[in-house]
Amino acid sequence: MEDAATERVQLLAEDGTLSTHELYSRHLEGLDDAGFRALYRHMALERRFDAEATSLQRQGQLALWAPALGQEATQVGTIAALKSTDRVFPTYREHAMALYRGISPEELIVLFRAAAHTGWDPNTYNFNSYAIVLASQTLHATGWAMGIQQDLRSGTLPRDKAEDEIVLACLGDGASSQGDVHESMVFAASYRLPMLYFIQNNHWAISVPSSTQSRAPLAHRAAGYGFEGVRVDGNDVLASYAVAAEMAEQIRSGAGPKLIESVTYRLGAHTTADDPTKYRSAEEVASWEARDPLHRYRQWLTSEGKADEGFFDEVDAEAKDVAADLRRAVAEIEPIDIERVFDTVYTEPHRQVEADRAWLKDYEAGFAEDDDAEEAASS
Amino acid sequence: MSHTTTLPLAKAINTALRDELAADEKTLLIGEDIGALGGVFRVTDGLQAEFGEHRVIDSPLAESGIIGTCIGMAMRGYRPVAEIQFDGFVFPGYNQITTQLAKIHNRTDGAITVPVTIRIPYGGHIGSIEHHSESPEALFAHTAGLRIITPSSPQDAYWMTRQAIVSNDPVIIFEPKRRYWLKGEVDTANPAPDAFTAQVLRQGSDATLATYGPLVPVALAAAEVASTEGRSIEVIDVRSISPLDDETIARSAAKTRRLVVAHEAPTFGGFGAEIAARVTERAYHRLAAPVLRVGGFHMPYPPSAQEGRYLPDIDRMLEAVERSFVYERSTAG
Repeated sequence: MEDAATERVQLLAEDGTLSTHELYSRHLEGLDDAGFRALYRHMALERRFDAEATSLQRQGQLALWAPALGQEATQVGTIAALKSTDRVFPTYREHAMALYRGISPEELIVLFRAAAHTGWDPNTYNFNSYAIVLASQTLHATGWAMGIQQDLRSGTLPRDKAEDEIVLACLGDGASSQGDVHESMVFAASYRLPMLYFIQNNHWAISVPSSTQSRAPLAHRAAGYGFEGVRVDGNDVLASYAVAAEMAEQIRSGAGPKLIESVTYRLGAHTTADDPTKYRSAEEVASWEARDPLHRYRQWLTSEGKADEGFFDEVDAEAKDVAADLRRAVAEIEPIDIERVFDTVYTEPHRQVEADRAWLKDYEAGFAEDDDAEEAASS
Repeated sequence: MSHTTTLPLAKAINTALRDELAADEKTLLIGEDIGALGGVFRVTDGLQAEFGEHRVIDSPLAESGIIGTCIGMAMRGYRPVAEIQFDGFVFPGYNQITTQLAKIHNRTDGAITVPVTIRIPYGGHIGSIEHHSESPEALFAHTAGLRIITPSSPQDAYWMTRQAIVSNDPVIIFEPKRRYWLKGEVDTANPAPDAFTAQVLRQGSDATLATYGPLVPVALAAAEVASTEGRSIEVIDVRSISPLDDETIARSAAKTRRLVVAHEAPTFGGFGAEIAARVTERAYHRLAAPVLRVGGFHMPYPPSAQEGRYLPDIDRMLEAVERSFVYERSTAG
């Protein structure tokens, strides 16, 4: 499977020129200049956030970081095309989407500092917890979509929900091999669920190339389930936005599930625990750096007069603040207390949890008494 | 008006499901063949006709899909009840149960609850083929975040099923499939004891026999036989695997000074070991013999032509009780 030989939707070419597409281009008409600039701003802020998180990990401030470097356009373009009432089920690399939804840098980073398993309430942002066992989230997304269907059928739509709600199920080229993805797509097709599968094919599942996951474009898999799949240039924010908008519109009107395969590239490591130079060539990375999603879009914004240098300076300044805020937030994070971990194993007291809690309390109280005794003896 | 009727255990569960579907429109059933067919054991018989195919949902043949979608529906405020067709078929859904369902409330610092109930017919003695007779309860007991119960009578089956569905925690109900046709009185007006407690079913003074699910009638019969031979055996229905009501079992063992734990699952790494350890810790000085276990062997469940030699029966339970007396004599001097 050679990318060059495979059709994919592109609106903004690598050289910054915009073409028109009979189906998708109309969705760009909904964006004014401020809207176009906002896409850039979200991409740039996440990139700076991402770089700061990488260096914080290098300095021992984070247990791990999974960089999204290179995937800013596909994430921002896609989430910008959705409504805030659409539930997102992310993997663990959807940082640009999370930040777009308003999750704070502190809330996002807590997991990677291993200070708590999740830093935000999924219901506050309509954005689920990061999923670390990959593909598990695609079935949760399917169940959520079944819930939407139940709500509409029974006419008991919850207060904060919309009638035209859809669900975004995120996954990558690696997770596409998991059986849960298959089961999720079977259910989605059978029950004709309002779901958008969003596969970011970033070419590498840690050290294994996407050709080991699939010999055919992942978008083609949708046909086997009986729904539509489209390939999009994930480094083109405008195509990412327009294709997602088109898919979402069709799903909202009752078309059932759809799939987007976004062809993009993970410019950084899988996580800070790995060394990409061991499995991919410098030439390959350089060829994708030349297709940098921010560079291309900045060129177009400038040449179209939609943004001037003053705007880019403002974004740069804001990005510096984001980095400083993140650094400050990381230093101030209080890890969750183990009492709180005991509290949330069950919703109601459980005999063995309470026994363990009591044991730990007594055990640690014993040390406190020893300390007191030592203090008394030494004074 | 009387609320007491005599029902087979399967029908008691069916009645419990019907009453919960009627009580809360957020309650849904999902599983393979549970609709028109009413499930392979007919536990959901008639429920799709009564509540519609959108509340009693025939799923694709995919256990991970069943559990995973139940999680998503629960996140959105529903109260799904999944049926896994047989014990041996739960494993494709094991990942979703242990890495997701059990952990989501904890992972989200309590923000999300996932009140999913999973019904699993379990155990042997039905003369079936491979994967249809297993007792995998210990594999789930080890995972924090799950509640696990197993009723042994129609009355318990009715009430424990209802209590499982209204619990805001994930609950696995292991249903003793060889007892589906066991008849008993079901009083739908007076609740059975809390589903998450053990119950003393028969008082005794010489030894305690603790078991659960399909072996409870066997233990009661064993106690009856023993009484004709002059042994007074106390019988405990453990009922709840997680949480474990170790206090009730330890209190009995301290009284009778001997405890035998029986289950169909293999004893090696089995749930009986957990009971033995906890009771020993609580009642060490009162025990006249080590806690003994009766269970399956360390082998895959055998072809059912041989299950009669594999499954604990009255004689094997009584043999263990007698061994606990021999133990005392052999070490007394």
